[in-house]
Amino acid sequence: MNSLGKIIKYSFYDTLRSWWALLYGLFFLIIASTLLYFSGDFNKAIVSLLNIVLLLVPLISTVFGTMYSYNSREFTELLLAQPLKRNHIFLGQYLGLTLSLVLSLSLGLGIAFLLFAGTAAESANLFMLILCGCLLTGIFTGLAFLISVLFEDRIKGFGIAILVWLFAAVIYDGLFLAFLVAFNDYPLEKATIGLTMFNPIDLSRIMILLRLDTAALLGYTGAVFNKFFGTWQGTMVSFFALLVWVLVPLLLFLKKVQRKDF
Amino acid sequence: MVALINILVKYLVYSSLVVIMLAGCAISTAEGRSIRVSPTGQIRTVKEAVSLAKPYDTIWVAPGLYRENNIRINKPLAIIGRQQPVLDAGFKKGLFTIEANNVLIAGLTIRNVEESFVQNYAAVRVVRGSKITVRDNIILNTYYGVYIERAESCLVKNNIIRGQAKKESTSGNAIHIWRSNAISVIRNKVSGHRDGIYFESAGNSLVKGNSSSGNLRYGLHFMFADNNRYEHNRFARNGSGIAVMYSRNIHMNDNIFEHNWGAAAYGILLKDIADSRIERNIFRQNTTGIYAEGCTRLEIKNNEFRNNGWAVRLLGSSVNMAFKHNNFIQNTFEISTSNNYSSDNTFTGNFWSSYTGYDLDRDGIGDVPHKPVTLFAYLLEDIPASIVLLRSMFVDLLELIEKVAPVLTPDNVRDDAPSTRLNSLKS
Repeated sequence: MNSLGKIIKYSFYDTLRSWWALLYGLFFLIIASTLLYFSGDFNKAIVSLLNIVLLLVPLISTVFGTMYSYNSREFTELLLAQPLKRNHIFLGQYLGLTLSLVLSLSLGLGIAFLLFAGTAAESANLFMLILCGCLLTGIFTGLAFLISVLFEDRIKGFGIAILVWLFAAVIYDGLFLAFLVAFNDYPLEKATIGLTMFNPIDLSRIMILLRLDTAALLGYTGAVFNKFFGTWQGTMVSFFALLVWVLVPLLLFLKKVQRKDF
Repeated sequence: MVALINILVKYLVYSSLVVIMLAGCAISTAEGRSIRVSPTGQIRTVKEAVSLAKPYDTIWVAPGLYRENNIRINKPLAIIGRQQPVLDAGFKKGLFTIEANNVLIAGLTIRNVEESFVQNYAAVRVVRGSKITVRDNIILNTYYGVYIERAESCLVKNNIIRGQAKKESTSGNAIHIWRSNAISVIRNKVSGHRDGIYFESAGNSLVKGNSSSGNLRYGLHFMFADNNRYEHNRFARNGSGIAVMYSRNIHMNDNIFEHNWGAAAYGILLKDIADSRIERNIFRQNTTGIYAEGCTRLEIKNNEFRNNGWAVRLLGSSVNMAFKHNNFIQNTFEISTSNNYSSDNTFTGNFWSSYTGYDLDRDGIGDVPHKPVTLFAYLLEDIPASIVLLRSMFVDLLELIEKVAPVLTPDNVRDDAPSTRLNSLKS
């Protein structure tokens, strides 16, 4: 096993050993089972879960990512003294953490849905939800890592990471709404599709909502969305956008640590 | 003596019976003969039979395939198929054109009527007449199915009318009624046409027990059709749902409107409807349950709205609407109004699944009024594109703030006595 694999393995087990990842998985298991048990309607449960996933997954990933990155600073410095490639060290840490979070999330949701299994179509919706959750984990862990190398001061880094999350989860939508109000006289359907691409949380939300039955209620504007997101190409474009969102912070992070003086 | 009287009475009874039977035979022969059409018999086409027939004759059509078109009926006749014989127009013109009173067309399979932009070709077309019955037919692949104009007291019953319409502009309606009076449309199954059931300038009619689904445009479409009743019908998966316009004194009860999904699909679109009642209907999974524009004095009572995008959209021009004892269950938006909304619409005793108030004295009436218009629904009327923010955290936060301190949502749309239990759908 090369050094990258070893570091991934180490980070992965390191995270899983701490209570955090376990609690994270357990939380989703309990929430998902409760919702499914009490709502009785698979799709309705997915809509509720969607809200929770879109709120918590980015938040936990951001907080966890920053904390992990700052806390393992000494260990990172120790590794840097070894004859290892810098890329391997940092990519390994990132992948190890992301994988463990992704595992907790998918196990938590997956087990709950296995217990209250739905039809194939419903399971496809769930798969989409888990997939979006995993991508969001990747995106926000990457952002957290990037922020933690940009700012030496922990408190400052932590604050900015939370701000970034707040921006993506809430403030962006506020600005979005302000934009829609301001330019109400123009045909905005295509512009809104473009604008959702710039926020991974919005993008995931719309992709999942359009798969559920709530899709058609989107009225005329929804018809435009459906024409885009409902098609095979639209889904591919959205996933591609999410992948870009995973890759850009990660690459910036890796580039930054290449030259950083620890 | 007694025996003699007995015999006399018996004789009288028997003789009178014989006279009645003889008279009966005489009447029946005077009323009409039976003419038989069969693929191998003497008379091989319905057209020939119709030309041979005298008024009030009955034409029996034996099972088989008849390639015919453009049969004109201008005398009282009954044309009855045995075991659904097939009349195929071969996509050339229509099948029956009726210009007479007292005509019966029953038990036939009619198919392949030509599409046309000039003529309204139909399987059965009534040009004028009264007491015409079209029943138990299977009508497939036709431009118009049953087309009735300038007719009175007609019955369209138990037909199955199935089309394969692809474009609105090149397709006709399954049952089309125009400028007629007292038409009954009962227990038909129509699908795959432009409009399922269409009434224009046709009043005093009854539409009952029909199923209209999978039509390109509307499942039911009427305008200028006053005093009509629509009962126990099912309208599902139509391109734009149901649209009813410019009519008064309409009764719609016990219908089911469901799965009318789409950018411009409505459970019912009500435009300029007045003095009407909509009762005990079920609206399930429509983009919009009821969309009301320019309506006056409507009573909407004991209906169930379940899992719709918008349960009810009221435009400003609707006045004097009374919503009583309806059940609003799990709709994304319960009521949505435009901002020039007038305030004299009333909501009383409805059950709202999103109601968050309490009922301390447990009398089934909530102690806190329910306001069914949410801030987001209100925003959407102005800025349709903001639907993209549906279920986002920002919108949820806005809703929360609005709930605590209402600023934007109209205060006059509210149910002061919301029911805390599901209303029974029986009135």
